[in-house]
Amino acid sequence: MVEILSVLADGIAQTVQITLASFVVAAVLGLPLAVMRMADSWLIRLPAVLAVEILRAVPPIVWLFLVYFSLGSSDHVQLSTFQAAVIGLGLIYAAHLSEAYRAGLDAVPTGQWEAARALALPRYQSYRRVILPQTLMVVVPPMATFAIALLKDSAIASVIGATDITFQAVQLTQQDLNGLGNFAVAGLLYIALGLPFAALARGADRVLSRRLAGA
Amino acid sequence: MSVWSEWQDYLPAYLDGLSVTLKLTGVSLLVGLPLGVALSLALTAPAKAIRWPAVLVVEVGRGAPALVVLYFVYYGLPQLGLTWTSFVCATIALGFTTAAYTADIFRAGVNSIPVGHREAAQALGLSHWKELRLIVLPQAIRVVIPPLVGFCILLYQGTSLAYAVSVPELLSRAYSQASITYQFTTTLVLAGLVYAFVSLAAVALLRARWPRRSAARTDVAVPAGEPVPTAR
Repeated sequence: MVEILSVLADGIAQTVQITLASFVVAAVLGLPLAVMRMADSWLIRLPAVLAVEILRAVPPIVWLFLVYFSLGSSDHVQLSTFQAAVIGLGLIYAAHLSEAYRAGLDAVPTGQWEAARALALPRYQSYRRVILPQTLMVVVPPMATFAIALLKDSAIASVIGATDITFQAVQLTQQDLNGLGNFAVAGLLYIALGLPFAALARGADRVLSRRLAGA
Repeated sequence: MSVWSEWQDYLPAYLDGLSVTLKLTGVSLLVGLPLGVALSLALTAPAKAIRWPAVLVVEVGRGAPALVVLYFVYYGLPQLGLTWTSFVCATIALGFTTAAYTADIFRAGVNSIPVGHREAAQALGLSHWKELRLIVLPQAIRVVIPPLVGFCILLYQGTSLAYAVSVPELLSRAYSQASITYQFTTTLVLAGLVYAFVSLAAVALLRARWPRRSAARTDVAVPAGEPVPTAR
């Protein structure tokens, strides 16, 4: 157990880095996607809707292959396995997070929009000063859930050769043929790494429901 | 050679792959759904000895990456003297994941039924089994179907993981084409299109049949996906 852990530990940093970097990409790109999908003009809405639907309709492993083998192995662009994983997973989860953002934006009462309009705030100002601050808290629990899903999907990066926990477990198994032990420990490692996110989601949920009860 | 004529060459092999992908999806559901129902019943059982193992299975099934579960089955079971084809291994792994995820969906469905209905059933002296069969399940099914279809779409995409244990499914066919022709872009884009076509068709069907409940905008912020808290 300890021996297995000491080998798999070499992959923890890579798994955490892929997860966090992809999450940042997703969180940054997801918000404009969500806002675009709520625009009045279909010219703005359409590209966002298409991007989200297509990103979610193709399996993550196919995206990673496309980014790594197709985009990242051309004459002009050379991507490392880490970069390819972050781009691929970041884009997929931007689509997922845009749904979370949208649900958060939907949760802001219409009266808040109307008030902002009554005060003649421009659209950008309404978002920044009125709507988004109220969205943030609502968005935390689903975001944490997506972070856990992203952590698990990061295992797919091992298929294109990123040296994460799963990759180490496969390598180790090819030497010692102890698949049962190695992958059991790997699975437990992922579960353990997901615990902080789960706690965050529960905590934010509790704050939210307390606020609801007080409203 | 133009992209179109290349794609025409690839398509027969891809469709063979797609049929393996669909078979794997179907068989995993056949294995996973009954297990999921059983697990959800165990999750709500009064006895701790039944509840705790079920909680453990669900937490592991949802907490560990499906790929790791797949490797566990594929590389681990031969140690126990069980050598199965990669297709069977993929079925076991994906069936297990399916059971864990759907158990939660089924449980939510059962929990969505007002307590009064169950109390009424008990007041009428119905047995636990009859209460489930006549009162709980018929109502739970309606709540459960939309998230279940959503999960099926995820599972369909998840079968692409079986590439990693060389099941000859859609992605494997695309990759072997690519390793012959070195045309990674055209081969993989076509695979993506085939995956997307089936997923999007299923999503469209789902939305047509069960339109997204347009949440009435109220003055309290109810986070999406959260059931409205009810007194219990």
